[in-house]
Amino acid sequence: MNHKTIRGAAGASTLLLALGGASGAAHAQELRFTCSSDGNECEVMDDMLDRLEAENDGLTVAVDIVPYQAILETLPVQLAAGTGPDIAKVTDLGGLSQYYLDLAPYVDTDYWEASFGDFLSWYRADADDTGIYGMHSQLTITGAFANTTLFEQAEVAIPADDASWEEWAEAAREVAEKTGTPFPMAMDRSGHRIAGPAIGNGARLFDDEGNAILVDEGFTDFVEQFVGWHEDGTMAPEVWGTSGGTTYQDAAEEFINGEIVYYYSGSWQTRRMDDSIGDDFDWKVTGTPCGPAACSGMPGGAGVVGIKATEHPEAVAKVIDFFAEEDNYAELAARTLNIPAHAAVAENGVDFDTESANTKAALRAWSAQVGKLSPVAFAYQGYGRLNRAMFNITVERISQALTGELSVDEAMARATDDLAKADAEAGQ
Amino acid sequence: MTDGAPRRSVSLAVLTPLMSVIEWPMRRLQRHLGIRRLAWVFLAPNLLLFGLFAFLPVLLNVAYALTGGGNVLLENRPPVGAGNFVQLMDCESYLDPNSCDEDKFWRSVHNTVWFVTLQVGCMIGFALLTALVLNGPIRARGFFRSVFFFPVLLSPVVVALIWKWILQRNGVLNGVLGGAGFETHVWLLDAGWAFFWSVFISVWAHMGFYTLILLAGLQAIPRDVYEAARLDAASPWRTFRRITLPMLMPTMLVVLVLALIKGVQTFDEVYAFTGGGPGSATLLVIQYVYEVGFGGSPRLFGLAAAASVLVAFVLVVLTALQLWATRKNAHG
Repeated sequence: MNHKTIRGAAGASTLLLALGGASGAAHAQELRFTCSSDGNECEVMDDMLDRLEAENDGLTVAVDIVPYQAILETLPVQLAAGTGPDIAKVTDLGGLSQYYLDLAPYVDTDYWEASFGDFLSWYRADADDTGIYGMHSQLTITGAFANTTLFEQAEVAIPADDASWEEWAEAAREVAEKTGTPFPMAMDRSGHRIAGPAIGNGARLFDDEGNAILVDEGFTDFVEQFVGWHEDGTMAPEVWGTSGGTTYQDAAEEFINGEIVYYYSGSWQTRRMDDSIGDDFDWKVTGTPCGPAACSGMPGGAGVVGIKATEHPEAVAKVIDFFAEEDNYAELAARTLNIPAHAAVAENGVDFDTESANTKAALRAWSAQVGKLSPVAFAYQGYGRLNRAMFNITVERISQALTGELSVDEAMARATDDLAKADAEAGQ
Repeated sequence: MTDGAPRRSVSLAVLTPLMSVIEWPMRRLQRHLGIRRLAWVFLAPNLLLFGLFAFLPVLLNVAYALTGGGNVLLENRPPVGAGNFVQLMDCESYLDPNSCDEDKFWRSVHNTVWFVTLQVGCMIGFALLTALVLNGPIRARGFFRSVFFFPVLLSPVVVALIWKWILQRNGVLNGVLGGAGFETHVWLLDAGWAFFWSVFISVWAHMGFYTLILLAGLQAIPRDVYEAARLDAASPWRTFRRITLPMLMPTMLVVLVLALIKGVQTFDEVYAFTGGGPGSATLLVIQYVYEVGFGGSPRLFGLAAAASVLVAFVLVVLTALQLWATRKNAHG
């Protein structure tokens, strides 16, 4: 073999390798999916994606499981800077709508409209938008967990389904006193959490033209009651009282440890209660107590969205459409113990993946709460323009009222002012 | 031939060709630029890095401070002139945050002033005391020097979490107090106590660093000055006041300004410890900047940038004071 032959063979081999590599690179699609779990949502989705990857040669979805705080604070900045992932599980549904990929060109829009209906509007920028931007993977609803073992031990009757906040507070105080439980009640430190009770108390949150107002008589009255509960020891003070700013704080660990009689949180905690409480005590979901206007919690949850800056829009749409298929969505709901937002899945019922009687009863109870949602609550959750700002303002100013930095009236005046500033900035 | 000779031969064999390669372009540059301007060639890489990663972001930050809206990209942000600064400075009385348009900013400023005053004062006091003890003839001096420095090695978040666990309702401190028959307290629910503990953990975490600096300063004082003072029967207090303190003053000035700057920049420890709570009792100015710029909705990058420019201005003033004081001290 002479030098010319060797050089020719080497050159041909190199060219073939390069072409092979190039075609492989062109075919391979790696998508990055930023995800945060309340229970096991991301882990389940990652597992289910193995099937999709097996059916689609060259498609790889890397699920990056991050803390919830990263979804709230880091992801929006990444998206604004154009360095975000291809897919994300988000909770600020409308607030990030400017970054979403419109899936409509890639999916069966009739199926999506029939399956997800009004939930699709939560992801849209405004009422005129008809795009399909995200799959509501996790419908949540706020409500309460009651430690029924403590009620039994105290020989106090559990209040009726339509009991008011005052009745629950009185019962919880009695149970706490008789059983030596540190705290009668607790509520997560979240503007979203306190919204349901405030709406039940008559808060309208919007004026007749649909503009956000946040503070009105109903809202202020509930805040006064809430502050009063902290002052008289009905509410566990550390949840709202020891944190500052917009820091999220829940009281799940205290409830799991039997330190709280009645804990107002939401349906996403169900799996955590199931896993952590076990047989330690009995508990039940009681929904949101009634106010003069409604017995409504707040809907919410998370959705899987595609990001429009992605280089692989079709692949992204394929992934999300995979989860939206009825069987796959049912599997997701069953394994994550979440209430389905998919109409057909909700109608057929979900065979939840749990042996716990408490949990099965809880999930049935949560599903029953969906029908009691106030239209104000539904609209508030879908008000993507400013609902996150309103939640944050609520938390900050109520905390200042709780600690005595401001009176309730001063806090509400400041909240109104903060909302006006946020509205002005959002309009720029 | 000695043992070191073979190693030197190897080193020379490697370095000599390398030096020849570098020497050729350097000589040409020197001929072209002159020996004085050649210094800039050596400074250029560092200046480029500093300019790109330190100076340029400062300029961009000032630009952001003059804009509004929620867009991240500067070119899409509408100019508002001094609007953000006006919004921050709009107060009836700067001593009463409640009278200010941006009441949270002024609460954070008040908190930061108190925090820095207490933290720096306590820290330098304890650091000096510790350095004086460690400079003396004590047993296991090396061990104690290490012990005081250990907290400096810990991450601020770890420090915050450790103390949070100690101070929570069912924490170690309440356990000890309760066990000894004393009344327990929910420390982090009380604004005053939360502030006290924020200062305390900051002093605890950083004191070791300044102790080391002061210890080095103490060890630099000539021994014969103390010998002379002993021969003159000077009391320990007089020796401290007339010899130790004056001779330690340059080091103390450096420590003071470093501590002041670090104090104003405090964020991570207190954020992880109390989140600025209860209410806004421990909200410091850098946390305000973070929450307004990144934690809030909509993200007010312009307002956050304006607040950070004001903080930077204060730090520049402090640094200028240090330079003036150091020069004054050097020239007597």
